[in-house]
Amino acid sequence: MTDHADSDANADTDANTSTNADLTDALLEHADREPIAFDGFRLEATDDGYAIATPATERTGLSGRDLREALADETDDVHEYASNWRYWQRMGGEGTARRAFLRWCERAPLEDAVESETEGTDDGRSEATRAVPDRYEALAADGLERQWGQLSITTRLADGSAPGERRYDLRHVDDRGADPADLEAHDRPRDARDLTTYDEKGRYRPLKTAPTLVSGWAFTGLSGDDLVDAVEFVYPATVANWHRERRGNLDVDHWLETAERQTGIYDVVDELPREAVEWMAEACCVDSQCLRRREWEYEEGDELSVDGGDGPFPCREPCSLVIAAARKWAILETEEERTWEFELTTSEKNQLEALIDAVAEGRTDEIREADVNRGANRYRARYLRAKRVDGERNLCGVDSSVDSDG
Amino acid sequence: MHAHSQALVVVAHGSHLNPDASNPTYAHADTIRDAGAFDEVREAFWKEEPHFREVIRTLESEEIYVVPLFISEGYFTEQVIPRELRLEGWDPERWDSDGTDASQATLEATDVGKRVHYCGPVGTHDAMSDVIVRRAESVTGDSDVGDGFGLAVVGHGTERNENSAKAVEYHANRIRESGRFDEVEALFMDEEPEVDDVTDFFESDDVVVVPLFVADGYHTQEDIPEDVGLTDDYRTGWDVPTTVDDTRIWYAGAVGTEALTADVLLERAADAGADVGAAIDEVRRRTGGTGNGGESESESENERSVTGD
Repeated sequence: MTDHADSDANADTDANTSTNADLTDALLEHADREPIAFDGFRLEATDDGYAIATPATERTGLSGRDLREALADETDDVHEYASNWRYWQRMGGEGTARRAFLRWCERAPLEDAVESETEGTDDGRSEATRAVPDRYEALAADGLERQWGQLSITTRLADGSAPGERRYDLRHVDDRGADPADLEAHDRPRDARDLTTYDEKGRYRPLKTAPTLVSGWAFTGLSGDDLVDAVEFVYPATVANWHRERRGNLDVDHWLETAERQTGIYDVVDELPREAVEWMAEACCVDSQCLRRREWEYEEGDELSVDGGDGPFPCREPCSLVIAAARKWAILETEEERTWEFELTTSEKNQLEALIDAVAEGRTDEIREADVNRGANRYRARYLRAKRVDGERNLCGVDSSVDSDG
Repeated sequence: MHAHSQALVVVAHGSHLNPDASNPTYAHADTIRDAGAFDEVREAFWKEEPHFREVIRTLESEEIYVVPLFISEGYFTEQVIPRELRLEGWDPERWDSDGTDASQATLEATDVGKRVHYCGPVGTHDAMSDVIVRRAESVTGDSDVGDGFGLAVVGHGTERNENSAKAVEYHANRIRESGRFDEVEALFMDEEPEVDDVTDFFESDDVVVVPLFVADGYHTQEDIPEDVGLTDDYRTGWDVPTTVDDTRIWYAGAVGTEALTADVLLERAADAGADVGAAIDEVRRRTGGTGNGGESESESENERSVTGD
């Protein structure tokens, strides 16, 4: 599994000869124990020598030497099928999320999905998988790219390594076309942790799947295991839950189950009214706020009307941020509604609405200093406060200190 | 190629607001990763991700050791963590503890059908006494600190349950019995004896104050420094040592930030049956071991950068 780039052609040829010999040995050793049938490739030891088949070729009665010669020709699709088998055999981990994810990365057929080819296509999340020669053509050229949230993952064949060996490049989707020299290079998966802690304004990101991942960095030439570890640090548990969903056993905990499970200071969250759960999902769980695709509903058989999003990885229960916010809303929603009377011009009412909108959309920073045509402009807000809010922070002097909680 | 067998999961509180709260968790987990004793090492949090709820499914190992990076047995270790991990049949009785001697219980996590060895918290393990002493060495820059010094082990107190105070007293007693320091006292933030009056409890000219907390935060970086009189305003910082009522106070910050805490995590897993090989020695060596003056210099640097924040 060494990853050395051979500069001289002879060494390169020697390396290929030796790795191809290893490949043949591995194939024969395996075929003598049990037949190989993998990704469209078949190899079987019969009384009449070895039988080999790909979707395009079928040869029988081969000796070990015949096989060795066939595999020496790297342009032969038999070599591609065989080295593909070898890579995934070295990878191991049958049935694991790690293996399934790496196969998804290169659009290989998923081995353990419930309805492998069709599952997921109805919502546009899954494209058709590709056969080995097609994959190899792309893997050897620019590589095959996949997007996982704001991550771009490119799988390619590693030069001068063991047959079929893959390498993985990981970047922010915004950096797909960037010159590697312009990106900060990383090679340890745990470095990904530091890249995900703050947003571009330097604010803490408590929600890893918020669409605020910073760009400007790159992991290049990762092994499969390291890629999965890096993705785990950026978007924890997303691969595991995606895999469970693929296999038809995603264990969704709906709002009510999750809320009723809470204790301590969060014991109150199950008192949040049904309609408030809708508002909460609209506030927190849409694609503009979180890249996970919400699969939980109010309860089994009672769906929320808010769109759950389109991301590749599912959200299987309300997260800790939602629970913490729900506690605040559960308490606020116990307040009685009252009728208030304020004297405002039409433009002032419009301005309050513009302020709420700008804060809710996180657009306050985009409103230019002197753009006084915008209701959420700072000078406009200060003017409104000077005119309409008294020293006790009461709008139009109307006292609201009685029962408010912020 | 992957004969994954055992995984270590460090479970901690984390924070929605403070990005530094999880730093000790990550640092200790990295130390253990580098020691190579586990096939997988994972951090999990109540307030960060991966959440307790979803961590076990991210592991391929069959044997999973879960160690809470918490100070005492109580609400989180007895209720929240086992519930969120879906440990079937959990009952605090399974630890058979009087508040400070939980070792481990083996249960099944029902979402994955795997065996989980649920360990007692780091804060009550005997090895935590060594970390407290090590913290005193770090903050004084003296690997032989003890003679002529007092040591105050500080806890939160009885706010949620009495076990938090028990853990503080447990370690204070052990260190007192070792005879290393002239005086050792257990003090608290919200009950008697109070840390506010720290100098009343010591005759020594030098007193090391070590809060038994897992991470630095509001309590260790704001409350205690002001209560002790190290500063009038935590934002302006304080010196180490600071003289208060003619006593030099060496304030150490949270014990859980000490690198040697990684050793306690390993000891917990080893007590529960994990095969950690030579990793305990390796981690002790990497985290400065005992009596390594050179390393304590750099630890002391870290300390200052933490408290100087």
